[in-house]
Amino acid sequence: MELDPVFLSRIQFAFVVSFHAIFPVFTIGLASFIAVLEGLAFKTRNPVWMKLSTFWTKVFAVVFGMGVVSGIVMSFQFGTNWSNFAQASANFLGPMLSYEVLTAFFLEAAFLGVLLFGRDKVPPGAHLASAILVATGTFISAFWILAANSWMQTPAGVELRDGMFHVVSWSEAIFSPSFPFRFMHMALASFLTGSFVVAGVSAWYLLRGREVEANRKALSMCLWLILFIAPAQAVVGDFHGLSTLEHQPMKVAAMEGHWETSGDVPLLLFAIPDQENQTNHFEIGIPNLASLILTHDWHGEIKGLEEVAPEEQPPVAVVFWAFRIMVGIGMLMVLFALAGLCLRAGGRYWRTRWFLQGLRGMSIAPFLAVLTGWFVTETGRAPWLVYGLMTQAEAVTPSLTGGMALFTLIGYVVVYAMVFTAGVYYLMRVLFVGLEDPHAEDAVESDRPARPLSAAHVPFEIDDDAHGNPVNQGGH
Amino acid sequence: MQEPFDLALIWAFIIGFGIIMYVLMDGFDLGVGILFPFAPDEESRDIMMNSVAPVWDGNETWLVLGGAGLLAAFPLVYSIFLPALYIGVFLLVAGLIFRGVAFEFRFKARTSRYLWNWAFAGGSTVATFAQGAVVGAYIQGFNTADGVFVGGPFDWLTPFTLLTGVGMLAGYTLLGSTWLILKTEGELQAWAYRLTTPLLLAVLVIFGVISVWTPFVDDLVRERWFSNLSVIWILPAFTLFFAYQIFRSVRNRAEGMPFVATIGLFVTTYLGLLVSRWPYVVPPEYTLWDAASAYNSQLFLLLGLLFVIPIVLAYTAWTYWVFRGKVRADAGYH
Repeated sequence: MELDPVFLSRIQFAFVVSFHAIFPVFTIGLASFIAVLEGLAFKTRNPVWMKLSTFWTKVFAVVFGMGVVSGIVMSFQFGTNWSNFAQASANFLGPMLSYEVLTAFFLEAAFLGVLLFGRDKVPPGAHLASAILVATGTFISAFWILAANSWMQTPAGVELRDGMFHVVSWSEAIFSPSFPFRFMHMALASFLTGSFVVAGVSAWYLLRGREVEANRKALSMCLWLILFIAPAQAVVGDFHGLSTLEHQPMKVAAMEGHWETSGDVPLLLFAIPDQENQTNHFEIGIPNLASLILTHDWHGEIKGLEEVAPEEQPPVAVVFWAFRIMVGIGMLMVLFALAGLCLRAGGRYWRTRWFLQGLRGMSIAPFLAVLTGWFVTETGRAPWLVYGLMTQAEAVTPSLTGGMALFTLIGYVVVYAMVFTAGVYYLMRVLFVGLEDPHAEDAVESDRPARPLSAAHVPFEIDDDAHGNPVNQGGH
Repeated sequence: MQEPFDLALIWAFIIGFGIIMYVLMDGFDLGVGILFPFAPDEESRDIMMNSVAPVWDGNETWLVLGGAGLLAAFPLVYSIFLPALYIGVFLLVAGLIFRGVAFEFRFKARTSRYLWNWAFAGGSTVATFAQGAVVGAYIQGFNTADGVFVGGPFDWLTPFTLLTGVGMLAGYTLLGSTWLILKTEGELQAWAYRLTTPLLLAVLVIFGVISVWTPFVDDLVRERWFSNLSVIWILPAFTLFFAYQIFRSVRNRAEGMPFVATIGLFVTTYLGLLVSRWPYVVPPEYTLWDAASAYNSQLFLLLGLLFVIPIVLAYTAWTYWVFRGKVRADAGYH
């Protein structure tokens, strides 16, 4: 079998970027949560906020560390596997990525050190400011990287001369048509991810009766946030979809599994898209609903995939199903938000076991939603890398052979499997040890900044003496 | 249109400065990693790791900035080097990942500690070797056509680049051992003193062989060297001067001088490399002006850089200041 370097490079990029993406999407939301907790601690002097902030900062440190390590790979991927793309788009992408490092990474590195290790070394106000600056840094980072990605989706502000894109308007290129929707969609997704993870972990602690007061407060905060953001995300997602319909109609056609241009388009709930025969099997749909949602007209016409040649269509099944998974999870989130609101009456939300169990399960849901959402938008752009201007086949490194791409793909899978198994295992240990501080009397630690994971004072292995009963119920 | 400034030249200085900054700063912490398995005991390893712990990930942020900055200022370098060094880049990145994670988990681990020791040492060694091979590949030049790499996957792996890889291992190890002299005391420092002179000899021999070999690898270098013999001796003379300083200061048991002189040795070698190759950034075809990105892109980033870099440098200096002085085993983690 002939190994296709384009296909293998796509798999490799999808793998490393998916693996990387799950860390920042969580840390962006969590950083803001920590900043809020620090603010509350500063204002009310209630030790509960301090306890929560200290614990979640530990979790943040581990996740942030893994994000940094997996991010090193990303800065080289464009050059190793997509060198023609790197060369052609460098005039725009180079400054975007450099500005991300300059304005976000260094800011985060600087103030993360103070946030993690400086509680006793700097005044409380400075510590709070550090928490806010770290949170700001995560958003600045998202700003630049989404500007770069949005430009690839809806290129603007550039002209193509001698095989290179030249920027004629920085503001148009940075704020390309899809950028506002993507940034909002991603920011809300980060908040949802942070909220559902914190809610899920708090629910788990509540089920076990650990640190009830603090975890109840955390859960309550998350539920309020989810109540507003989960529906808001649906609205933003709708606007994002309308923008996509305008700029990338074939992506929307793939999302809807819509082959022939027509009016009265049903919203398909289930179908098995068949790209070879350019049709669907086993369709189940709600009549006219897709027309209504996308055109705001009961009979509105939507362009079908037939508008372009089959080789210019994205892989429909991937886009179609990834989109359904994302939307399904989004609806589930809204349901949980509403259930949380109903259970507010009489304060039942933190004592209702099925609800807490459900939240526990929901803590991985936002990651699935984010990944499938990115699958929709990235796969839906195929065969283009820069939409309408440069295809994936044109963008790939000319000297890259299938064998080389396969070698590094396997290599990255092996490296990530080893490193991130350890990382996730350690994160589980941190969660298991929990808010109760087993080393409270061990106050002589002299910590050093700029070392993300070091903030989590949890041993890698399970303690022998604590084995079987690693938690002192309710602390000391 | 004639642009008012030669931005490509300014960017060449910025990137050139960034590279030597990275080499010196990540160099000593990679060197400490290479020395790791040979340390006298486990307590020494704690101290060694603590001595670089506060600064290493800041150092590696410079590498990420280097990658992004190269893409922004000299995209041709980025889009030829990375494909040409494809496998090597993978090894470099994998090495950095392993050692980065080992930093964090070794202090948390007890029974699995030896695994993290090996991850730290192995990752450091592989990453260093890959960096040395990159330098060798740069001296060799690249097989290109129309601004695209057209060579094979192992062009970067030749006897010459193997030697530069080994040279980089020796060089970083020397940086590591002189760093330990500066940052430690007692038995560990004595061990570092004992290592430094043999390491210096190894560095001189390997760098010497590379220097003699280089003009045979590339015609342009040969021509430049032998047509400028009246001035070209200056840099090697400085290199030897710094080598002598290392030798002398180790014998006198000076603490700071070995590290400072090693930095001097690296800087003069680096300058020697630059003058041999100037102004070619992708030898043998492309100069820095051929490789530059658009004027307004270079300008757009330069404005931000001028504003932000002083702040970053101030923070970096402050971190080193906060953690000045000797490192002890108990000053780290439990």
